[in-house]
Amino acid sequence: MGYSWLVGHDHHHNHDHDHGHHHGDGEPDNHLKPIEARVRALETILTEKGLIDPAAIDAIVDTYQNDVGPRNGAAVVAKAWTEPEFAARLADDATEAIASLGFIGRQGEHMQAVFNTPDVHNVVVCTLCSCYPWPVLGLPPVWYKSPPYRSRVVMEPRAVLAEFGLELPAETEVRVWDSTAELRYLVIPMRPDGTDGWSAGELAELVSRDSMIGTAVADRPASAAAGISTEATG
Amino acid sequence: MNGPHDVGGLMGFGPVEPEVDEPWFHAEWEKRVLGMTLCAGALGHWNLDESRHARENRHPADYYSSTYYEIWQKGLERLLVRHGVVTTEELASERSLAAGPSEARILTADRVPATLRRGGPCDRPATTEARFAIGDRVRTRVINPHGHTRLPRYARGKVGVVEAVHGCHVFPDSNAHGHGEQPQWLYTVRFDGTELWGADAEAGVAVSIDAWEPYLEAHPG
Repeated sequence: MGYSWLVGHDHHHNHDHDHGHHHGDGEPDNHLKPIEARVRALETILTEKGLIDPAAIDAIVDTYQNDVGPRNGAAVVAKAWTEPEFAARLADDATEAIASLGFIGRQGEHMQAVFNTPDVHNVVVCTLCSCYPWPVLGLPPVWYKSPPYRSRVVMEPRAVLAEFGLELPAETEVRVWDSTAELRYLVIPMRPDGTDGWSAGELAELVSRDSMIGTAVADRPASAAAGISTEATG
Repeated sequence: MNGPHDVGGLMGFGPVEPEVDEPWFHAEWEKRVLGMTLCAGALGHWNLDESRHARENRHPADYYSSTYYEIWQKGLERLLVRHGVVTTEELASERSLAAGPSEARILTADRVPATLRRGGPCDRPATTEARFAIGDRVRTRVINPHGHTRLPRYARGKVGVVEAVHGCHVFPDSNAHGHGEQPQWLYTVRFDGTELWGADAEAGVAVSIDAWEPYLEAHPG
């Protein structure tokens, strides 16, 4: 522990000193400033120049705090579980099918849905940065963006999934999707047993964020009824 | 580039540590960095690929000891200086020392919802025939460019199978460096775990990447 990619709030920039190298193209010479001051300074400069509207920043933040998140993806999954024709559309052209529910835009321009089956479990990563389907899942959690997950899940996905509490049968293939281009992947978990007759709204409650990344499966009805959820909500 | 961002298969980072009830942001300044990055991007001086490269092209000691949004802040500063939008003197003095360009395309608050919903599609009309088809065996090229690429090191020189053909997409390797979009056919290529990791691979694992045609060559058999 102690590695700063884990969180931001208890992190105090003391590593951000010059490492004895020089930067190639005009790297700003303000490495010693605390990050908060550095960010505030940049916003001040850009605002004074008339290049950004601070209210636009507020609007962007508000969008990703309040309007976009894994409830969107859960609605997609629940609809796929209850409407076979929608599931077929989702498999054929996920961008179009998801857009029909109003979930469009930045970091979701090209969507692909990958369906879990008894034979294949899907899990999504971006080893090179942090690509993630924002319109259906919101902003990615820190662990998804951080080196431990990104480095390991392509090499030892079963071990990583086991740490998430997901032990898969040996006969189930684990399929890892590395998001190296602008395609964004949404895992469609298997519908849990014991949910016959459930409405899409009820089913969506079983669909956690992690089940749509692939580090979990959909919640079972009993655990949902007991109020236990594996989802770390935003 | 073989940069610190290309972590697939690296070891020693420790366990994945999910945070229970994780908030969307861990500090107020993180919100401002996200918003500034999107607003500054809307000015049109650079594209998504150049901004990715600005974030990944860092000294490894710096990259690995920075939080996600710290990397975004540093990348944004670099882009703004490179494109002459702000100066290092301004960053040091924490204030503007000259007026900004008057023709700037400023993202105003009222335009945020439409801008976010529009996004930035990267598919482009095809001008060539796709070289590969679903089911073809391909080998990823062994390349080590100093510039931006989206072919991870762990998947270079590996034999896989084309599983999907996605049309032509903007080619990051050129677009990141001001050489134009040069759209290329994009494929999903699936590799067996043993092809990537040898005998150390876990059983029953497959990994896919999305690979532009210049990353691939035909593999007989």
